[in-house]
Amino acid sequence: MRAFTYERATSPADAAEAVVRKPGAKFIAGGTNLLDLMKLQIETPTHLVDVNRLGLDAIEPTPEGGLRIGALVRNTDLASDARVRKDYAVLSRALLSGASGQLRNKATTAGNLLQRTRCPYFYETALPCNKRAPGSGCAAIGGLTRNHAVLGASDACIATHPSDMAVAMRVLDATIETVSPDGTRRAIPIADLHRLPGNEPQNDTTLSMGELIVSVTLPRPIGGVHVYRKVRDRASYAFATVSIAAVLVFDRDRVVRGRLAFGGVAHKPWRVEAAEAEVGRGAEAVAEVVLSGATTTEHNAFKLPLVRRTLAATMTDAAKG
Amino acid sequence: MSSNVGRRTFLKTTAAAVLAATESGSNLQAVNAQTIAKASSAAPTRLTVNGNDLTVDLDSRTTLLDALREHLQLTGTKKGCDQGQCGACTVLVEGRRINSCLTLAVMHDGQAITTIEGLGTPDKLHPLQRAFVAHDGFQCGYCTPGQIMSAAGVLDEVSRGVPSHVTRDLTAAVRLNDTELRERMSGNICRCAAYPNIVAAIRDVAGYRA
Ligand SMILES: Cc1cc2nc3c(=O)[nH]c(=O)nc-3n(C[C@H](O)[C@H](O)[C@H](O)COP(=O)(O)OP(=O)(O)OC[C@H]3O[C@@H](n4cnc5c(N)ncnc54)[C@H](O)[C@@H]3O)c2cc1C
Ligand code: SF4
Ligand code: FES
Ligand code: FES
Repeated sequence: MRAFTYERATSPADAAEAVVRKPGAKFIAGGTNLLDLMKLQIETPTHLVDVNRLGLDAIEPTPEGGLRIGALVRNTDLASDARVRKDYAVLSRALLSGASGQLRNKATTAGNLLQRTRCPYFYETALPCNKRAPGSGCAAIGGLTRNHAVLGASDACIATHPSDMAVAMRVLDATIETVSPDGTRRAIPIADLHRLPGNEPQNDTTLSMGELIVSVTLPRPIGGVHVYRKVRDRASYAFATVSIAAVLVFDRDRVVRGRLAFGGVAHKPWRVEAAEAEVGRGAEAVAEVVLSGATTTEHNAFKLPLVRRTLAATMTDAAKG
Repeated sequence: MSSNVGRRTFLKTTAAAVLAATESGSNLQAVNAQTIAKASSAAPTRLTVNGNDLTVDLDSRTTLLDALREHLQLTGTKKGCDQGQCGACTVLVEGRRINSCLTLAVMHDGQAITTIEGLGTPDKLHPLQRAFVAHDGFQCGYCTPGQIMSAAGVLDEVSRGVPSHVTRDLTAAVRLNDTELRERMSGNICRCAAYPNIVAAIRDVAGYRA
């Protein structure tokens, strides 16, 4: 790990300012992603601003009937919250399917959203990677691409976003609230938080330098049956190969409305609202729209049939309630 | 860090001297507000480790795991992967289990840490420690401190109603069974695959039948 100086911020505004004051500074929350990357010198901050003691760890009702989740709420606490379990079960399910008990106790809401890709070439500092070293090339293209994107990828990067929680947040239409170093606040719909790689895969999100996430707001509950289905290489403690967050509304045993977001397939949680209009016609019809424009490699072509089958299983699961 | 061998050796020696002096006095409880070693410019970190208030002056890069093992000579906590992938480094911070390899000691200023050394002692084993012995819950023993600390965390989480990936009904009370236990313990890898006996040991303490 490269040497860095450390400070504990005392307020959100102070934290945002502290990060722009020192070039090369970064926020640290749970540290479970950042420290891992710092040990490998993939991230080399010169200064860390600890945001753990800013008092951003409450889950509160909003006047609109939703929930405001503090940026520092731990993954375990969010998944265990009685209101989340009852009204936003897809979020509890997604969180509980991620990482391990120890990691979920430490990982935070903001840190989870901003965790970096698990592309193995991103982790291998001896090889080119446009996300790690802009302009150096992409070692994944032409390499082993079993885990890589089948939707929304570019010639510069084919990485996927690894978060389970973010896929559920996407289906719930969450909003990310931030404060910038100059004190301005803004609200970003989750659809606009993560970017597609394009020509700038080094930028995972649309946040600017020093912009601190203070909370994530869920709109009022939308009812329906909530399912998070995650396919992975082992039954627990593994990242998704493909995952689906679903909220489906039934009339007896017929699905009449629904929302679907897909993980493990793109650089961001993937949701195609036009596909949701097809839910009444079944999984195949939905998958047809979701996967239109998909591009695959020899190693990840299996993800297309896997998405279809996982969607069929998700809808069958949901119908059982 | 490895470039700074001279200072590390110094820290180790100093810390060892402090602990040795205390141990010969009687036990660790006597180390109160001790400054273990001074080296870097960062403000000293106050940690309450197994009930002892300690002040450590560490390079900001020091993980909680390295602080425990290399600076406080509490080597019961193990380093397996140093990447959050094995669970060997599990300790309780403010009563909750975390991986001590993926956090910085400075981030825990003022907090209470419990390691395997603080859970029980050879004369007075914690029920989980006794159960691991009784059920042969290990072979080489390397993962065992992490398994036991994680199990302590699991039992507390269950008592607080924390659900898991395999909990069927998220709105009902949480009940432990083998499926729940295996899922909740999945963050602890055992290279010797002592899993059946690990589950038996924890089941025994949790007090449910297979
Ligand atoms: C072995 C292992 C297995 C895992 N498995 C899974 C899995 O199956 N599914 C899954 O989804 N995840 C998994 N994870 C990833 C885990 O969920 C993330 O590491 C965690 O959520 C990151 O949260 P954190 O608070 O520790 O973030 P940190 O490491 O503290 O921060 C991550 C990034 O966010 C930035 N940041 C943090 N807080 C803020 C803020 N408030 N505002 C702006 N920027 C901020 C930091 O600067 C940093 O760049 C796994 C991790 C490990 C180590
Ligand atoms: S896919 Fe993206 S993250 Fe992976 S090597 Fe290519 S540029 Fe880097
Ligand atoms: S040493 Fe911390 S999880 Fe392996
Ligand atoms: S007993 Fe050897 S690794 Fe678990």
